[in-house]
Amino acid sequence: MARQGILVEPYQRINDEQIAQVHRLSMEILADPGIICFNRDATEVFANAGAEVITVKGERLPYWILKIPEKLIMEAIEAAPKVVKLGARNKDNSLILDGYEPRVRFASGSETNNWLEVDIEAFISKNEPGREVNFPIFRMQKGNTDRLATAAHLCEHLDSWDGFLRPVNIQDDAINDDNKDVNKYFVSLNNTTKHVMAGLTQLNQLDNVIRMAQLIAGGEDEFRDNPIISFITSLIKSPLQLVDDTTQKAIEIAKRGVPLVISSAPQGGSTAPIVEAGIVAQINAEILTGISLAQLVNKGTPVLYGSVPGRANMHDLNDSYGVPEFSQYNIDCVQMARHYGLPCYSSGGISDASVPGIQASVERLFSHILITLAGPQYLHYAFGLMERTATFCPVQAVLDDAHIGMIKGLARQPVFTASTIPEVLEQTRRVMNSSTKLFTRFVRSALRSGEIAPPYQFESGDMADETLFRAKERLDEILSLSPNHIEKEIVEKVFQQIPGLLTKLRNS
Amino acid sequence: MTENLIDSIRENVIQGRVTRDDEGLEEGMVGEPAVIELIEEALAKKLNVKQIISEGLTSGMNMVGQKYEAGEYFIPDMLASAEAVGAAMEMLEPHLAQSGIKPKGKILIATVKGDLHDIGKNIVSILLRGAGYTVKDLGNDIDYQTIVDAVKEEKPEIIALSALLTSTMAHMEGTIKALTDNGLRDKVKVIIGGAPVSEEFAQRIGADGYGADGFQAIAIVESLNSA
Repeated sequence: MARQGILVEPYQRINDEQIAQVHRLSMEILADPGIICFNRDATEVFANAGAEVITVKGERLPYWILKIPEKLIMEAIEAAPKVVKLGARNKDNSLILDGYEPRVRFASGSETNNWLEVDIEAFISKNEPGREVNFPIFRMQKGNTDRLATAAHLCEHLDSWDGFLRPVNIQDDAINDDNKDVNKYFVSLNNTTKHVMAGLTQLNQLDNVIRMAQLIAGGEDEFRDNPIISFITSLIKSPLQLVDDTTQKAIEIAKRGVPLVISSAPQGGSTAPIVEAGIVAQINAEILTGISLAQLVNKGTPVLYGSVPGRANMHDLNDSYGVPEFSQYNIDCVQMARHYGLPCYSSGGISDASVPGIQASVERLFSHILITLAGPQYLHYAFGLMERTATFCPVQAVLDDAHIGMIKGLARQPVFTASTIPEVLEQTRRVMNSSTKLFTRFVRSALRSGEIAPPYQFESGDMADETLFRAKERLDEILSLSPNHIEKEIVEKVFQQIPGLLTKLRNS
Repeated sequence: MTENLIDSIRENVIQGRVTRDDEGLEEGMVGEPAVIELIEEALAKKLNVKQIISEGLTSGMNMVGQKYEAGEYFIPDMLASAEAVGAAMEMLEPHLAQSGIKPKGKILIATVKGDLHDIGKNIVSILLRGAGYTVKDLGNDIDYQTIVDAVKEEKPEIIALSALLTSTMAHMEGTIKALTDNGLRDKVKVIIGGAPVSEEFAQRIGADGYGADGFQAIAIVESLNSA
């Protein structure tokens, strides 16, 4: 049994004709101006598959312009699996992502340097010295292995958090580029039994990470059947450039057949057109290029269509996630992925706000609701991200879990079964024959079957907003539970065979 | 046999089943005898009425209260159980005197003049019946004279007034004044409830109590009844 997420009747922002227009535009972009490629191996792969290659003598190094024909792209789409399995330590937490089925699973995202703690402190009113009120105090900390472990532990216990995309950058003194990959994957896997996804820092650590995942999954075959980890590769630098380092990583991951997100994050108004059709066509061209590369390297390798389109803040050209265009661009991308039958890794539930509160909730709810209703198979950014993608806040993640719980209620399909109509008629007749005229009696079974959405989990009392206090209590309650660690014998094997793991993680 | 029947009554109170057509919280209960059918059987078998009330109805309702406090039961469950107890008490009422049981008390309940909203009143009414009180529901949009006449005729211990609108809450004060003008104010306690009213409003208009919800209404009635 895999995690079911929520199946939606997908909201369609663009119609079939507009989808066809976006596709057409993407193909024209790939033909001219094409893609700038800074990676030699990828250039050879595309050239061998029929792309036109123009070599350019760069100022420091040569690079290539790839003019990719539609036929190559369409064959790659055809070769890409339409159903991708993301496994998990606990197989019941696996995710089966079907590109044609609008069933949404929710995941964390990004790799924040900062970790935001929320403490509740009491204050005395200056005007009424007898009056004491509680107020949240925010403290910024640096991300490290302990905090990544805490995030994974939290993921394990929040019902709507389906996939753990490591949200925190580990910046312990003992961590460097050579040991970051094994440590971040180990800490994540050791604290959640859900699927673990991350980017790869050093290509030379790829095989160590995969070997570690195989040991934890129970062997090479077991890992193939139950890929408990996957990789994100941002091989595209918008606009339309394949960067050398990440492209090489994507090639090597694809060769090994481990699930791979081909992610692109253009910014409307700076690195992509601000016009909806323009940015969507560009990101579509960029992602399809990456997917094509993966399929040319290893036909059938599991890939996700990783769309992270944003819009520029016109004051400082930072990303702006609270604006409506963020949702609009993302919905269009979900539709494009479904058009191709490719499972979509989309983005939603993030805010520009730095701390939890009204701004954060308003901003993130726009994209949480709308993009969920579009039906991406894997919605990342959905837990705890603040200040764009700079900060992870565990209290906000608890709030997001409550939001998503309510969105699942909102997205539920209408029920009109053969028995519904006669049952309702019978209820109505009985109630109208009663003195109280109340339907409450008939609510009872629905209350327990999950047919009725629960109220907001962190409701406040009169004349006070205690949402954050309640969410903090819930967080503390979860963190007091014992973590679901990997069995000791397996941890020992991992430490014996995988170099670079921090000793302190052995018994934690 | 007696114990089995009373156990069944208690269980059906907990399940919130009034008649055999009602669902319980557990599967497969539709068609099985519920509180009304079981009380009929108990009366036919001349079981001790006091025992039916204390070990069947009250004990069942206490369990329901505990489940509600524990978060296992919701308001609809509480109302279903209270409705079952209310229906049972109505059947047992003619037998109370000969069983030596003093009725808990009689309460008139009404939504005041000009106000057609009766959900809150109906919920309070069900809960009071479930708590063992005899409740006479006068309905909604009830003018002063109808209430005065009903108090004279029914001689209740308490009258409960409900209003939802800010424009009709003033008729609570009018009703109390009508009771005073007719020399009835010292013969009946008046409690009020409804969205726009408050403890402070209750005191200002000279009511004897205010309940913010159905449970507070029961608590006030119990405290006035025992005073």
